[in-house]
Amino acid sequence: MVNKNNVLMKLLWSFFKTGVIGFGGGPSVIPLLKYEVVDRYKWLSDEKFSQTFSLANVLPGPIATKMAAYIGYQVKGILGLIIAVIAHILPSSLAIIILITMVNGFSSSPIVQGMISAVVPVVAVMLAIMTYEFMKKTWKGLGWVGAVITFSIALILMEIVEIHSAIIIIAFILVGMTRYKWIKLFNKNKGDI
Amino acid sequence: MLFEQLWEIFVAFFISNILGYGGGPASIPLIYDEVVTHYNIVTPQQFSNALAIGNALPGPIATKLAAVIGYSGAGVIGALVALFATVFPSIIALMILVKLVAKYKESEGVRGITLFVQPVIAMLMLVLTWNMSQNSAIDIGWLQTIIIALFAFIAMQRWKWHPAIVIVIAFAYGGIILPFIT
Repeated sequence: MVNKNNVLMKLLWSFFKTGVIGFGGGPSVIPLLKYEVVDRYKWLSDEKFSQTFSLANVLPGPIATKMAAYIGYQVKGILGLIIAVIAHILPSSLAIIILITMVNGFSSSPIVQGMISAVVPVVAVMLAIMTYEFMKKTWKGLGWVGAVITFSIALILMEIVEIHSAIIIIAFILVGMTRYKWIKLFNKNKGDI
Repeated sequence: MLFEQLWEIFVAFFISNILGYGGGPASIPLIYDEVVTHYNIVTPQQFSNALAIGNALPGPIATKLAAVIGYSGAGVIGALVALFATVFPSIIALMILVKLVAKYKESEGVRGITLFVQPVIAMLMLVLTWNMSQNSAIDIGWLQTIIIALFAFIAMQRWKWHPAIVIVIAFAYGGIILPFIT
């Protein structure tokens, strides 16, 4: 019983730490997480960690949170999962709610309004940098012709046809899935000949 | 009424995170589409505040956004519902896939998905960037927007400053200087 609680405390502490240290979102936390999980507590082997990470990477949703869930589950089942996830996301969630409430409380003050306004361009720049990174990934994955074509189609559907973004993504998912089936089919035929 | 609001919050965060391929940041423009454009849970201004403060704080960005937008929409329960919708579906997906991969190993189909979702995310991100810039220009004018944006860009890309530091400087500039010139 004491031992079990110990492991849960370790899970809680590890994921609390990795949840409040990493700036710049989930991905920056991964090396830290690896240190805690693989090197320090040896909950997962190096290979298993990398495999889980590459899977978490291709699945939708926040990455570090998925890692927390999986590792928690491996270590201590459902209870471990819940503790790891809560320890990872709750502190920063509380912090942002408290901060926003404070900002809203003073929102009539011209100083606070100026502060809020001045941050919007910074956020725009951060988004621009992320845009560039996603464009680069597309360019690397599909080549520049593929990138220009997919960018144009996506933009036209979004801005001119005005289709809901979720539906556009689902359409592109279907294309992505079938594309690999075509390649497989093609390779198989070539093998037969 | 509350139930309806909670349902909207759930749907908004469920959709934007189950379709956000490429980690938390990929979900940002999708969350914007759902909570600002589609359901009007928060205003564009509230969203950019949440994003700014979220970027200034450590921890995963998607869950921070979920917490603060859910909270703005429907209080503590709203925050919990948004967090649940953000983390739960992808956790289930990972659990299932890890088991499947033990059998098949190849995940070409999944890789194909990511490859084709990225251009859409890139364009959504581009549109969101443009919207933010426009909102800012309406608020403080193009000149101030460009000055701050240029500084932020050089600080983060050239000087490799930490985003949190850049945001704190922007806060200071906005609090001390902006009230006297706009």
